Amino acid sequence: MESIRDLLELIPYTTALPVWVQAILPPAVSAVILFLFVAVLAMFAIWLERKVAAHMQDRLGPMYVGGWHGWAQSIADTIKLLLKEDIVPAAADKALFKAAPAIVFIPSFAAFVVLPFGISSIVADLNIGVLYLFAVASLTVVGILMAGWASNNKYSLFGGMRSAAQIVSYEIPAALSVMPVIIIVGSLSMQQIVRAQTGGIQNWFVFRNPFTFLAFFLYFICSLAEVNRTPFDIPEAESELVAGYHTEYSGMRFAFFFLAEYSNMFLVAGIATTLFLGGWSQVLPAQWVPKQLIPGPILFFLKALSLVFVQIWLRWTLPRLRVDQLMYLCWKVMLPLALVLVLGAGLLAVW
Amino acid sequence: MNLDYSGDIMTLNMGPQHPSMHGVLRLELKTDGEVVVEAIPHIGYLHRCFEKHAENIEYPGVVPFTDRMDYVAAMNMELGYVLAVEKLMGIQVNDRVRYIRIIMAELNRIASHLVAAGTYGLDLGSWTPFLHCFRDREKILDFFEETCGARLLYNYNWIGGLMFDLPEGLERRIIEFLDYFEPLVEDLNRLLSYNYIFIKRTASVGIIPPEVAVSYGITGPNLRGSGIKFDVRRNEPYLGYEEFDFEVPVGKGEFGPVGSCYDRYMVRIWEVLQSCRIIRQAIAKLPPGDVHATIPKRVKPPVGEVYMRTECPRGELGYYIVSDGTSKPYRVKVKSPCFTVMSGFREYSRGAMIADIVAIVGSVDIVLVELDR
Repeated sequence: MESIRDLLELIPYTTALPVWVQAILPPAVSAVILFLFVAVLAMFAIWLERKVAAHMQDRLGPMYVGGWHGWAQSIADTIKLLLKEDIVPAAADKALFKAAPAIVFIPSFAAFVVLPFGISSIVADLNIGVLYLFAVASLTVVGILMAGWASNNKYSLFGGMRSAAQIVSYEIPAALSVMPVIIIVGSLSMQQIVRAQTGGIQNWFVFRNPFTFLAFFLYFICSLAEVNRTPFDIPEAESELVAGYHTEYSGMRFAFFFLAEYSNMFLVAGIATTLFLGGWSQVLPAQWVPKQLIPGPILFFLKALSLVFVQIWLRWTLPRLRVDQLMYLCWKVMLPLALVLVLGAGLLAVW
Repeated sequence: MNLDYSGDIMTLNMGPQHPSMHGVLRLELKTDGEVVVEAIPHIGYLHRCFEKHAENIEYPGVVPFTDRMDYVAAMNMELGYVLAVEKLMGIQVNDRVRYIRIIMAELNRIASHLVAAGTYGLDLGSWTPFLHCFRDREKILDFFEETCGARLLYNYNWIGGLMFDLPEGLERRIIEFLDYFEPLVEDLNRLLSYNYIFIKRTASVGIIPPEVAVSYGITGPNLRGSGIKFDVRRNEPYLGYEEFDFEVPVGKGEFGPVGSCYDRYMVRIWEVLQSCRIIRQAIAKLPPGDVHATIPKRVKPPVGEVYMRTECPRGELGYYIVSDGTSKPYRVKVKSPCFTVMSGFREYSRGAMIADIVAIVGSVDIVLVELDR
């Protein structure tokens, strides 16, 4: 946000505006930029997913819209969704039904605020960054539950209930699995965490010690569950619950759910990148390449997108777990493992 | 109502329009949370009066109607009917017709099992095997298209013969396809069948014990999945299946009790390989001959009745035909494998979870058009 404030100062006459406008302008501009960024990112992720899935399945995927490999397919789909009729089922709880997509989307959008894309490209480097992330991300479940309940559809209700149970459960091991990192850094600020990993691949937390190494995989698996991706996509299990909590949604409201899902995908990949893969810091060790050659934001994107690719890869390879197996995995495997990791990392730090 | 349940029972209508009901099956689920207390199948959404239609159409005209019963395995459907009428009329077809019929029936069995395995993966949330299976199925359908012009509803087996002989060089291409396809079965196994999650989802779910399978008259891969070695091709051979060397795979219960969804699924995978063996043998032995030699000018069977059963991919398909001496059948009754397996659904779905219901419906591999007729 500081850089945007600096930018705005370069534009003439901004100092002549009323004070409250001056105060509100930098956050508003950052919000708009961030929103556009998230929307474009989600559309790109959708296109990427369709292409990757298609090639895994021996087909081509979108090929026509826009010319080169159907690059404009997601844009066309988004426009189509935005232009569609807005249908609210007669039996639905109207207010909740209309509010739910926004409540699902806003947290995933808000969480981007603390994602450090580069040394200075961060909207707000909060000193409680990680805590803020987990707090905001868990708000999504409210929207999902609202959508499931308000649709007045049994499948939606099942989807909403499953999703609530799943997200709440997996939040615990996910939050615990980032603890080893925080113990080492001693700060919750995202930028601090990245700075602690600068200087090449050997300083990344994945390779720092065995506990953080395991914690990375643990976090990645939990994050899959948190964003409802296969093998944990039971809330929207197509073959069981039709489309889960967004069965009754169409048009723009559905687009919001979709946008939220794909921006969440990138978000958790971004968090994993920041916490474990060195964020915007360089890959090659500093002894060999003392100066960072590739700009930080590009590195960040490459790292995060490779994690997104892994998510897509898993989705198109694995079958889906059952609800009870999912809960078993969370409470009896992931949670004890996460606790052991926290304990181990703590002991290692003290020792 | 069972008072042991502490929660309320919610009725959930699964189907007739539902992504994984394999057509228009409607299941009335009494659910207690995620657990299904009772699952009641409701059928008949696709009832098209096949048996009544057949009474008003001349014998050869019924063949296309049989195609439309099980559109996934139409060759096998018409084969059963044609064999029944031939038995009634006492027609002996020559060896070329017999072998081509076997080749076509087995190719169609492979295609049908590929659909079953692929959609089963889809039911369990795995998309990629589905498209891989359909890619290979397309190649089989291409053979059918080359032979009789149709990809799905063939009208290829005629009473007393075949519509056309095999086109030039098709035998060679079928062998080439088998050479390409057989290693891919192992590919599919690595992708889906041996997947840990897949095994967890299927290996102890939807168990049909052997005695239940027998008492409900369940046939085909579903019966063999329960560990009972019964195959009409082997136990009551028709078309000369006794001349072929093949095994009848049965469920082994590798990862759970015998008769689980996993066993039924694996029986189909193994059967695909056995079908490949049969096709290879049939092509090696394929004699020359005229496929139209024994086609009767008028199909007018003598007064009498006949029951003919064949092994179609979904189980034992029986045709009971009564002739009153005219050119139209007096009665055509179909013993449908899907119907018998669905009749026991309440029994073997009890206490499953909602996700399991999908797994069970997928594992018994029903085609609703044939179930309702």
